[in-house]
Amino acid sequence: MRKHHISTIINGEPTEFLCEPQLTLLDVLRDELHLTGSKEGCSSGDCGACSVTVDGRLVCSCLMLAVEAEGHKIETIEGMARGHDLHPLQRKFLEHAALQCGFCTPGLLVAAKALLDRNPNPTETEARYWLAGNLCRCTGYDKVIRAVLDAAAELRAE
Amino acid sequence: MLDYTTPSTVEEAVRILAEAPGTAKVLSGGTDLLVQLRSGRAKPGLIVDIKKIPGISGIRERDGGFVIGASTPGAVIGECEALQRAWPGVVEAANLIGSTQVQGRASLAGNLCNASPAADGVPALIAARATCVVAGPRGRREVPVESIATGPGRTSLSPGEFIVEFHLPKLPPRSADAYLRFIPRTEMDIAVVGAAVSLALDAGGVCADARVVLGAVAPTAILVPEAAAALVGRKLDETALAGLDQAARRACKPIDDKRGTIEYRTKVAGVLARRTATIAYERAGERR
Repeated sequence: MRKHHISTIINGEPTEFLCEPQLTLLDVLRDELHLTGSKEGCSSGDCGACSVTVDGRLVCSCLMLAVEAEGHKIETIEGMARGHDLHPLQRKFLEHAALQCGFCTPGLLVAAKALLDRNPNPTETEARYWLAGNLCRCTGYDKVIRAVLDAAAELRAE
Repeated sequence: MLDYTTPSTVEEAVRILAEAPGTAKVLSGGTDLLVQLRSGRAKPGLIVDIKKIPGISGIRERDGGFVIGASTPGAVIGECEALQRAWPGVVEAANLIGSTQVQGRASLAGNLCNASPAADGVPALIAARATCVVAGPRGRREVPVESIATGPGRTSLSPGEFIVEFHLPKLPPRSADAYLRFIPRTEMDIAVVGAAVSLALDAGGVCADARVVLGAVAPTAILVPEAAAALVGRKLDETALAGLDQAARRACKPIDDKRGTIEYRTKVAGVLARRTATIAYERAGERR
């Protein structure tokens, strides 16, 4: 099977990889590049655990072929903290105990960051609709939403 | 053996598709195709990713109407303020397809060609008299959106053909559209019933023209002329709404499944047609 040579920028780093055309971006992130923060939940675009951004646009990496990443900028959960300094969203998730098992957390954080990058002051309703594609079976979402709105307030320096 | 190619022109894509009949699949947003690849429901030998074709993604105004590229993701459609102002029903329908993540990829052409009877993007396009440009080995043809889906998972497209763009016509004065779908929760579900209505009013607020389309109550989205006829020549009074409700219910040929029984879907189709028509009427009235 012919492998494709793909050049991308992942979390700001020029990154190249070889992949077979049937592999998803999630497959390559996890198995080739060892960026295992993005999780495989449903493999059908329903759960959001594999959320990444492509050129700033939130997508499920399980619903994108790795070959489609050619020439695009990918941001994953691994690019969110600056060294040991957690992103305010990550800190607020800890403060509000917005996670239990943690499987959905990387996807929720990536999705929440995409929301705040676009809308620094979302209403609770806007946040709930935006994050409706990120399933969490532990928290019941309330703490997640509180953490996101609190992080938004901090980022606005209120 | 699967291969992947990214043609850079429509003509190149047509040639590649025509040379691999039956085994090539067009890839746009991929939100349906990748699920089908994973499940084994689709087993293509070649994936033809059309997104590198210039103009295949994006929205432009032309002759007072709009051209929406086949691969334009829902999120981009939702961010187009001019389109939102002119065709709010088309935009709200497109934005109901899946989650934020799915909106980042999913396109109207994919929604149409996947040919789910419950596709949210389709009824509003039909109500808006949208057409699509189909490219194929014999050139291009422009056809009404309602001519594409022929049944669940089936389309009228011939081997080698694919959709290049949609055309939305110039909006007549005092006209507007709307789309509502019913699901048992508030997000992330498949339509039990969808209803799209497009109306044009005369200067006195009487319906001069109407299009009513129902989704998820038949093998394809269905245009219901009898429901539109109940509205034309009337303001949106109870007689008009009752006639619309009855005609919508009569047009239903739904299935029974876990989302709704035949009886339930039929009842909801009438209710939803009323609510959608009311929204379209209010929007059109605001444009006097």
